[in-house]
Amino acid sequence: MGALLRFATAGSVDDGKSTLVGRLLHDSKAILADQLESVARTSAERGFGGEPGAIDFALLTDGLRAEREQGITIDVAYRYFSTGRRSFILADCPGHVQYTRNMVTGATTADAVVVLVDARNGVLEQTRRHLAVVALLRVPHVIIAVNKIDLLDYSQPAYDTVASDVAALARELGLADTHVIPVSALAGDNIVDRSANTPWYDGPSLLELLETLPSLDELETEFEALRMPVQLVIRPQGALAHDVADAESFRDYRAFAGRIASGTVRVGDRVQVFPGGATTTVTGIDAGSTTVDAASAPRSVSLRLADQLDAARGAVIVAEGALPTPRRELDASVFWLGATALRPGARVLVKSGTSTVQALVTDIVGRRDLDTLALEPAAALEINDIGQVRVRLAAELPVEEYATHRRAGAFLVIDPQSGYTLAAGIVTAAPPASPDDLAEAEAAAAWVSV
Amino acid sequence: MSAIDTIPVETGIDTLDALEAEAIHIIREVVAEFERPVLLFSGGKDSVLVLHLAAKAFWPAKVPFPVLHVDTGHNFPEVIEFRDRTVERLGLRLEVASVQDYLDDGRLAERADGTRNPLQTQPLLDGIAAGRHDAVFGGARRDEDKARAKERILSLRDEFGQWDPRNQRPELWDLYNGRHTVGQHVRAFPISNWTELDVWRYIEREGIELPPLYYAHEREVYLRDGMWRAVSDVSPARADEAVERRVVRYRTVGDMSCTGAVESDAASVADVVREIALSTLTERGATRADDRISEAAMEDRKKDGYF
Repeated sequence: MGALLRFATAGSVDDGKSTLVGRLLHDSKAILADQLESVARTSAERGFGGEPGAIDFALLTDGLRAEREQGITIDVAYRYFSTGRRSFILADCPGHVQYTRNMVTGATTADAVVVLVDARNGVLEQTRRHLAVVALLRVPHVIIAVNKIDLLDYSQPAYDTVASDVAALARELGLADTHVIPVSALAGDNIVDRSANTPWYDGPSLLELLETLPSLDELETEFEALRMPVQLVIRPQGALAHDVADAESFRDYRAFAGRIASGTVRVGDRVQVFPGGATTTVTGIDAGSTTVDAASAPRSVSLRLADQLDAARGAVIVAEGALPTPRRELDASVFWLGATALRPGARVLVKSGTSTVQALVTDIVGRRDLDTLALEPAAALEINDIGQVRVRLAAELPVEEYATHRRAGAFLVIDPQSGYTLAAGIVTAAPPASPDDLAEAEAAAAWVSV
Repeated sequence: MSAIDTIPVETGIDTLDALEAEAIHIIREVVAEFERPVLLFSGGKDSVLVLHLAAKAFWPAKVPFPVLHVDTGHNFPEVIEFRDRTVERLGLRLEVASVQDYLDDGRLAERADGTRNPLQTQPLLDGIAAGRHDAVFGGARRDEDKARAKERILSLRDEFGQWDPRNQRPELWDLYNGRHTVGQHVRAFPISNWTELDVWRYIEREGIELPPLYYAHEREVYLRDGMWRAVSDVSPARADEAVERRVVRYRTVGDMSCTGAVESDAASVADVVREIALSTLTERGATRADDRISEAAMEDRKKDGYF
């Protein structure tokens, strides 16, 4: 079976997202009899319209009482299904309330995002905004499902108009890998099987496409250099696991435990360690009690090194020559999720990899207009705003630009008092002088990388 | 207009590898960032799985935290025997929060329906406070229930242990925010993203031992609410319920008074994997009387501090 694929679904109100999610789960047989019975019973009780026995698929994902009572989805819901070829984790992101917050949450862990567009309405303002978030967060694959094509009598010209608008928008936003599919979630066209109703469409069905897209880890393992933030150092010092046979040989055991953020590590590899940049050799890779010759992202491993280095949590082990430049000042985009506004001079915590440091937001460079992606001057960032800021850190961090390395460029902004997560942050290049230059530079950068 | 065409999905990392890597990462983050973690351990398959992953996360060191069992007093004897043997084998400390103690001294009263599942919350919170635990690992999975589908991997609880689903921290990338203040604690769910089938396939792959009642065995049972219930001191059959011997197994293992068995001849882990793959019922739907009370039964228990 193939690698796990995590994908998020998004769309405007009434684009048919719940129906699409329900259809995917139903047709891939992920909804079991007792769940279907419970949903059918509730649908009938609530007087869900349509034919007798019709099912309100939204009830499958609206897990909280307030959601069911108000008929709205408050929070991202996770659903699980698998086909013969692959397992999927679906993050169902509600569209209307706090869409940025939900979209950001779903998109940060997604290998792909499915955005629904109503074929009758085409690209709406909210579609643009969803796609802008997806573009800024660099989700590797974007699928635009042009829904309700049945209501347009499966008209190719109608679909072509929407598809060409989407293509233009994808270029404008700098979306990496974009696919467009004509579907009817209600009738099941091109969801699981290719539909006979759209003979003019020769691409894959939605599920076929999801089954074959490479995951982010597959892409990063392929193309990126080794990087592993150290979570902790394992030194048993006598407190050995019950199944360690030869206690004596583990007396001085010392290994750096972490999850490989990118690339591959092999025994014998030369690596460098931040902070300090000392070079040493990997002498062993342990995955539980099994010793392996090599390991790739996203595995969790313990690395034994030839030299006794003074490294602890917060250290980062990278391939020789791939040591990032330590940074005390960051240019960053932030997706503001806190209820109180961000103003210059705010003291926050920044969590990046396995480091958490104090930080000062020195400048708000601007707020992004999600329709044009241009930066406009702003004195503060409010909830759901996306802005460009400058941050000074209390200690050096080995970050990279998010555009070249997702896991090394992503960070959380945390309120030191309440502990609340205030923002998703991504390290960017310094913004050029004018907003127009910025949008252009970003669009150009987006096309050349994955 | 595809920049990367569909390159074939062929790598060394399959679904179980990815889920294992994620779980070990979470367990290590919590141990690194908290002072006094504890693992809720019932002897059920999900908590056994988390313990197995913790052992892998810290090998060759032993698991660096104790385990806590909320004992309803209505346990399957095989499970208690398994619990004690496992804790002994791994050299861990076992903390027990006993519902029976609370009933004996009047802090809690037995419910009319006899089930003790809802009574676990107070002993659990007291046990967490007594151990001064700031992080509590649990084996809950999002595919178990609609309310759990909205739970975070790291979930903040106030001093009353309450879950506030409308005010959850956004969870971004694989960066977990464990900030908390005195009196608060965090529940950590390393296997949030595993399905029942993933759990069983991993148990098969790793050769993990489970209590024997997960596999088909003959037992005296009676039918109640469409579920096979074991005959025992705490769950006797009523006069109108016919007792018979049947070959059954348990898909979940909880309080004996509200956990049902399913008819099954799956005697090995491979048989169980096949059976789950073909099952048309969810594990809670098939085996938990308490979750059938209402559509929001789990949500209400979670808000009150339950897992």
